[in-house]
Amino acid sequence: MPRKFAAAVAALVLSLAACGAGPDGGGSSGTASPDAGATIEIGSLYEPQNLDNTAGGGQGVTEAFNGNVYEGLFKLTDAGKVENLLAESQEVSDDGLTYTFRLRKGVKFHSGKTLTSADVKSSIERVTADDSQSARKSSLEVIKSIETPDDATVVVKLSDRSISLVYNLSYVWIINSAAKDLATGEDGTGPYKLGTWKRGSTLSLDRAPGYWGTPPANNGVVFHYFTDATALNNALLTGAVDIVTSQQSPDALSQFTGNPDYKISDGHSTTKLLLAFNDRKAPFDKPLVRKAVSSAIDDAKLLESIWAGHGSLIGSMVPPTDPWYEDLTKVNPYDVELAKRQLAEAGYAKGFRFTLDTPNYDPHPTAATFIKSELAKVGITVDVNVITADEWYTKVYKNHDFTATLQEHVNDRDVVWYGDPDFYWGYDNPQVTQWVREAEQAKTAGEQTELLKKVNRQIAEDAASDWLYLYPQIVVASSALSGYPVNGLNSQFYAYGIKKG
Amino acid sequence: MARYLLRRTAFLLGSLLLAASLLFVLLRLLPGDPANALLTVGATPEQVAAARRQIGSDLPLPEQFGAWLAGLARLDLGTSFVSRLPVGPEIAERLVVTVPLTLLSFALAVVIALPVGFLAAWRSDRWYGPLLNGVSQLGIAVPVFWIGMLLVTVFALRLRVLPAGGFPREDWADPGRALTSLVLPVVTIALVMSASLIRYVRSATLDVLGSDYLRTARALGASFAGAMWRHGLRNAAVPVVSILGIELATTFLGAVVVESVFTLPGLGTMLVEGIAEHDYPVIQGVLVVSTFAVLVIGFAADLGQRLMDPRLRAHVGGGRS
Repeated sequence: MPRKFAAAVAALVLSLAACGAGPDGGGSSGTASPDAGATIEIGSLYEPQNLDNTAGGGQGVTEAFNGNVYEGLFKLTDAGKVENLLAESQEVSDDGLTYTFRLRKGVKFHSGKTLTSADVKSSIERVTADDSQSARKSSLEVIKSIETPDDATVVVKLSDRSISLVYNLSYVWIINSAAKDLATGEDGTGPYKLGTWKRGSTLSLDRAPGYWGTPPANNGVVFHYFTDATALNNALLTGAVDIVTSQQSPDALSQFTGNPDYKISDGHSTTKLLLAFNDRKAPFDKPLVRKAVSSAIDDAKLLESIWAGHGSLIGSMVPPTDPWYEDLTKVNPYDVELAKRQLAEAGYAKGFRFTLDTPNYDPHPTAATFIKSELAKVGITVDVNVITADEWYTKVYKNHDFTATLQEHVNDRDVVWYGDPDFYWGYDNPQVTQWVREAEQAKTAGEQTELLKKVNRQIAEDAASDWLYLYPQIVVASSALSGYPVNGLNSQFYAYGIKKG
Repeated sequence: MARYLLRRTAFLLGSLLLAASLLFVLLRLLPGDPANALLTVGATPEQVAAARRQIGSDLPLPEQFGAWLAGLARLDLGTSFVSRLPVGPEIAERLVVTVPLTLLSFALAVVIALPVGFLAAWRSDRWYGPLLNGVSQLGIAVPVFWIGMLLVTVFALRLRVLPAGGFPREDWADPGRALTSLVLPVVTIALVMSASLIRYVRSATLDVLGSDYLRTARALGASFAGAMWRHGLRNAAVPVVSILGIELATTFLGAVVVESVFTLPGLGTMLVEGIAEHDYPVIQGVLVVSTFAVLVIGFAADLGQRLMDPRLRAHVGGGRS
């Protein structure tokens, strides 16, 4: 027995040595012509909390369902354009207060019922209802009434002009008005219907028979959910998934870079990392202090250390995909001497001390440490206070009980929050508030763009917040795959175009 | 024995109630509001209030506690704040992964630990006795997730013989696939568990090896194997069984970490998600079920020990102090 045991140990040692010398090959699958019968395995870190986007379904349900299972009257394309989807045409009255939408004919829900204007009305009203937790609720509050003169026509009346109405409607899922149990089921009009959802693991979408538009290029998709970026990347390395919707682990990228079995796409993201000051509270009630802090932090170095060459710098809240983008990175440039002069001028020549409320998940703690060391150079002491996402909502977002905080803001077109003096960061400039309101009531997109550009410049001028950087949007996929979205604006992930082989 | 069983059952229920109350109070001491999990940046104060109403976090605490206990008495673990689904059935679904994971890991740990621990004691004078002892000490020091990552790197990423994680969508419909996906997690837990078990087996065996009765049995002409089988193992088993109970419970809890490493949809990942989302009914449900399992295992180990050792039975009868 002792001899056998020793032999077993030797065998184990040898096999481990063999592992070390093992081949490094990737998960290359056959490169035949595209396979319409293939199922696409998608890896994601965002499992839906439930399947109802008006009941706290979260980012995950948007990713899985927007455009795939549910469709809106309009669609925000991966390139950021708004196109007709279930609406065939739209008419706007001269005063801009009445929108008439004609619905596409022959559209059926997955349950077999034909889409009518009554479904559109009830779908919009689900978002604006009292108990709705939709993030879009406040932007649709301008809707006064919805009328349905016939089955194919919807008339929306507004209390005020709202140039973003059509854009906002691209987030409103059109759901069968008779559908029940939307937290666990669905009844949409999209190219896929829900297969099975195994909580904590996978969600599958099957081709919806009788889809009104172009059927999907694949036979269905399965979303695999991970809580850990390393596990997600391992799944991609072993071929358990074909594509990762959003790479959140910069360190892992090197595993795929230069490997012919994988393709890395660098798309546009709308997620901004903010050092948000409480603009109501000293010392950050002084724009000069905020500008000084912005100039004291080397954003480029921070971005490089976190994302190593990916992502981009922004000088304000507006990402390049928004129509009112302008390069404002020079307004508060990285300049330590300038920062010191501004601090002295504001009466803080000796610096000051403040607490930075830092969410406990990446990249916030890393950014906080960096900011602490940068600000130490101009005499400012930072006390990093790490809090959970949930504490952040209560302490910072609801109670405004903070001096400064770090937070990622994911949505596009969210510069308009600077027009709301009651928002958590408390930026209160009546001029900006007025511009934001006028922009929403603008008659043309050009007018809206001009006004929001003014807003953009003003908040940069006032350093309303410090916009540290814009996240990269990195999709890593097996090179056998094509036709997938690379921008993933607002967490959408259209899966119907993905081809394998 | 009947009195003993009755007393133990009462103790079990009492512990469970105490644990449930403690859980409830501790969770409420955490800062923050579970309603927040449902919201995103941009939520209006009205939406926050509506979310609180919906999940009942605006009710007074005693009322929430009463409702929860009443549900517990009916074996109803409540409804998740986040998924809006009943917690009980979801726990049952997750146990389909966690229970086999725990039992298989435990069985493997025992299969490794018993011979190795015995060998380490029996051959403590040979070179591999101390080596086995040393390796087991190392095993105790190494964190379980690190072993998991190492095994993934070797067997999934390099050799590509086993999946890096996940569990089949069809659960056990294809037992082969389900088992394959459990191999690495089971080996991970078993390696760590066996490390500490080896040490218990070793010291129990050393006690027996040095005992007078074994020497006497040998002196009376019994072979080493015979004496060990008739007298040694039975005596060595008593402390080992009580440790096994604790170890089985630890394995169950260790599954929490390992499930996360291997993305297994078990009770552990459910707990982690519940905590991240402040989903009190989910956290409470998982912890009550785990507590129950641990208590029952302890109970069973205690019972097993009594069946094996007549001295303990005599003690229960009140024969000795």
